[in-house]
Amino acid sequence: MSYLAHNTKYVPTGFRKLMYLNWPVVMLLTAVACAGFLMLYSVAGGSTEPWMKPQVQRFTLGMVMMVIIAMVPIWFWRNMAVLGYCISILLLFAVDLIGVERNGSQRWLDLGFMDLQPSELMKITLVMLLAAYYDWLPRKLTSRPLGVALPVLIILAPTYLVLSQPDLGTSLLLLLGGAAIMFFAGVHWAYFATVIAAGVGLIVAIFEGRGASWQLLKDYQYRRIDTFLDPSNDPLGAGYHITQAKIAFGSGGWTGRGYMQGTQSRLNFLPEKHTDFIFTTLAEEFGFIGASALLALYVLIVLFCITSAITNRDRFAALVTLGIATTFFLFFAVNMAMVTGLAPVVGVPLPLVSYGGSAMLVLLIGFGVMQSAHVHKPR
Amino acid sequence: MSRADQDNPIHTRKMTRRAMLLGSVQLGIVGALGYRMQSMQVKQADEFRLLAEENRVNIRLIPPARGLIFDRSGGSLAENEQNYRVTMVREDAGDVDEILARLARLIYLSPETLAKARKEIFRHSPFVPVTITDHLSWDDLATINVNAPALPGITAELGLSRVYPQGAHMAHVVGYVGPVSDYDLSRIDDQDPLLQIPKFQIGKTGAENKLERLLRGKAGTRRIEVNAIGRVMRELGRQEGEKGADVQLTIDSRLQSYVQARLSGESASAVVIDLENGDLRAIASAPTFDPNLFVRGISIADWTGLNENKFRPLAAKAVQGTYPPGSTFKMVTALAALEDGVLTPDETVRCTGYTELFGTRFHCWKRGGHGNMNLHESLRQSCDCYYYEICQRVGIDKISAMARKLGLGIRHGVPLSAVASGLAPDKAWKTEVRGEDWRIGDTVNASIGQGYVLSSPLQLAVMTASIATGREVNPRLVRAVNGVAQPSGIGEPLGLNENALRRIRQAMSDVINTSRGTAYRARITNRDRQMAGKTGTSQVRRITAEERANGVTRNEDLPWERRDHALFVNFAPVENPQFAVAVIVEHGGGGSKAAAPIGRDITLQALYDGNPPLSAYPPEVQNRIAAQQRRIDTMIASGNYDPASEDTN
Repeated sequence: MSYLAHNTKYVPTGFRKLMYLNWPVVMLLTAVACAGFLMLYSVAGGSTEPWMKPQVQRFTLGMVMMVIIAMVPIWFWRNMAVLGYCISILLLFAVDLIGVERNGSQRWLDLGFMDLQPSELMKITLVMLLAAYYDWLPRKLTSRPLGVALPVLIILAPTYLVLSQPDLGTSLLLLLGGAAIMFFAGVHWAYFATVIAAGVGLIVAIFEGRGASWQLLKDYQYRRIDTFLDPSNDPLGAGYHITQAKIAFGSGGWTGRGYMQGTQSRLNFLPEKHTDFIFTTLAEEFGFIGASALLALYVLIVLFCITSAITNRDRFAALVTLGIATTFFLFFAVNMAMVTGLAPVVGVPLPLVSYGGSAMLVLLIGFGVMQSAHVHKPR
Repeated sequence: MSRADQDNPIHTRKMTRRAMLLGSVQLGIVGALGYRMQSMQVKQADEFRLLAEENRVNIRLIPPARGLIFDRSGGSLAENEQNYRVTMVREDAGDVDEILARLARLIYLSPETLAKARKEIFRHSPFVPVTITDHLSWDDLATINVNAPALPGITAELGLSRVYPQGAHMAHVVGYVGPVSDYDLSRIDDQDPLLQIPKFQIGKTGAENKLERLLRGKAGTRRIEVNAIGRVMRELGRQEGEKGADVQLTIDSRLQSYVQARLSGESASAVVIDLENGDLRAIASAPTFDPNLFVRGISIADWTGLNENKFRPLAAKAVQGTYPPGSTFKMVTALAALEDGVLTPDETVRCTGYTELFGTRFHCWKRGGHGNMNLHESLRQSCDCYYYEICQRVGIDKISAMARKLGLGIRHGVPLSAVASGLAPDKAWKTEVRGEDWRIGDTVNASIGQGYVLSSPLQLAVMTASIATGREVNPRLVRAVNGVAQPSGIGEPLGLNENALRRIRQAMSDVINTSRGTAYRARITNRDRQMAGKTGTSQVRRITAEERANGVTRNEDLPWERRDHALFVNFAPVENPQFAVAVIVEHGGGGSKAAAPIGRDITLQALYDGNPPLSAYPPEVQNRIAAQQRRIDTMIASGNYDPASEDTN
């Protein structure tokens, strides 16, 4: 299987490729990122320092990387998939050995000029490897036990490594993102049904195992679940964040309290207001209208990606696009569910809006691959 | 196998179908998120907005200025002094220890103060100003201001603190304030939020305590915006409070200071009542203390000194102390018998030196007896047997009823700490409290103010005032509140037989002004200022038959605690009385010797409103009085009423 198999006749070349970028997605990404800049300016009390300026710089760098990656033919990226995955796995091992520990988790690698979070990189490389795998796998083997076992291993290896950092949020995202690709690739229903049933069993086991010698989660993770289930239990301790976030969110009302007028975030009642809880600040200051507008932007990005995927006859391209779209979806959906009190606080940032280095870069690299798939669509 | 073969429409359609399906699931999740946002931000918005407001808006109290206290002529007894204190804000100071060290080089700070301040500073949040020291002098203030650039985080700020300019002689009346304690909070049922302010000053004793509600005022409020760690961001609004009421007392500072000085050296107390309106002109207890010590935080040494002194300087004995009234109670017994009709003033009773009842001998103070006694002579010479006889005729219940009518055995509504109710015992009381029947011997003892009878100097002064005026007397301490005069303390006539009262007053006059009277030595020679009174000597021990046979031990030979209490009550002038006075000298010995001269000196001071002319005194004491007057003037000028040289054995 080589790129020669493609009918390259209709693929744009040179700078003409720029015209074939999925411009709506570029615009939407920029719009979302701008909303992020606005909020970072606000939570800093009306200052570009310390968050907005680096964020703009990283976004610009990310967009440039995205375009460069988009210019490279998609089959090159398909061939890079195994290498990318292997590098990510090695980095995850490295984190385990020489990683930087913060807040009880060892997730970061100190690269000198920046901190890299390999689990972020893994989100993209996992999607790419699975897409490449299903592109390579003869269709009739898709639902054979052996054909299913390999991708399951591919998914579980990084999931386990990330979970042991520990980083429950990211490992869940990896698991769900990987499973989604298997689903898109056509793995038989029965497998998913079995896994869901097993998952339910696992959840039961998690709760049953609490306090026992085979306890599955760390104590702090149990406490997070407790406080999620009943934040008022511990209003000044762990439940404080959730309670304050909900107050901030709800007090926004229809139109919000006005830009930079959110008392909850301005007076520091809101935790992690520039990272995981930035959506709450936005909701507080711009109200329901602002929050649902941002949600709509996210939904549009996902919809454009799905449209791009289902019109793409190249299997790798379609799968990688769907995978990135799903990962992206999981990102913002989990974050929003988390800050509105629908899901436990698992530490998932809001994509492109939350302040954070490697998350944004990796995400834009992912969209670069998606753009490459779009540009190099067989036509 | 070419890609074209692989990507056949079946597979492509399957992927599209599944993409659509998962896309739909995602839309469903987005719908759920949207619904959640809508229900929080639209439906529950008001609720959450309220919670957000509660988070950010704090109500801070503005303590009101405490009401001032004046004496009857407008002199200041308690005021709020502006004083400068040094505070430190930790986060502005940076290196706390270094700044404190620099401060200690500029102004005097004891190592104790420094250690305490350091502890306080680290106990609070970094932005809370903590007081390091207060009552700064002008020099210190100037030094700090000049060196301000080298003292980051240090501020000299203005505050109010309570000061008692009159000091010691008003301590038992005015009392003092102190920071509210947990004990205070548990004891008083007061919802005033001001009490929740740390170190808020409330009245601890005396009028400061009893008039707390008047003096405190109402808190103002300040609405402020705070952030999550409690730092004040800005003020949103302010509502001014209400200053405490200014209170004018009936106390005459000049007279009070005289009385305090006159009592100095003894464990004694005295009360002066104005008969025109029931005003308490003076209520003094000796020894006393400086109330300002308590406001600034008393040292352990001072506290131990006050607490271990056997003369009990902290007790306001004039209202708190209760003593057997002794012979000063005889007027009560006599009035009860006269009112009951079982006695006529001229009837005589024979005194043989003792009365025998059911085998028990009750002795008169005079061993050989007084011979035939009528009412007048029995009071003048203070014969005991006369009262042993008449009390049996009238009975204890009528005697104690008369006592209560005259103001004994009841708690007077004076706003001072622990005002004693004393005891005017009757049969029901003994049955109820002691669980024993009343005996005739109890009546005999009570008839001369011994046994169960107990009264405070205040009560004795009220009794004397009632006899002098024939009216109900409610002693008054508060003359005016915020300039509004309070009702007079002289009430309705008591409805006593005027003739009986006249005879008793006449006898009381002769106690002092005739040569056979027990207080003749304490007479006043100025004819229109003469007083009428009664001495009393109350035993605090039992004299055994054996001792009586061998001769009663002289007071001077007994240890201080076992000596008799000396009492004296009087009113003056005899015609048209203006003042009633009661004096008790604890373990002072005989009333005529230890208490009567004090009563006379106080009465003259009150009548002349200042030092009386020496001509008011009998010639033989004038020299001594002149010397005493000079000593007292010096003592008042120095403000030290308890010279350390005073013996305390």
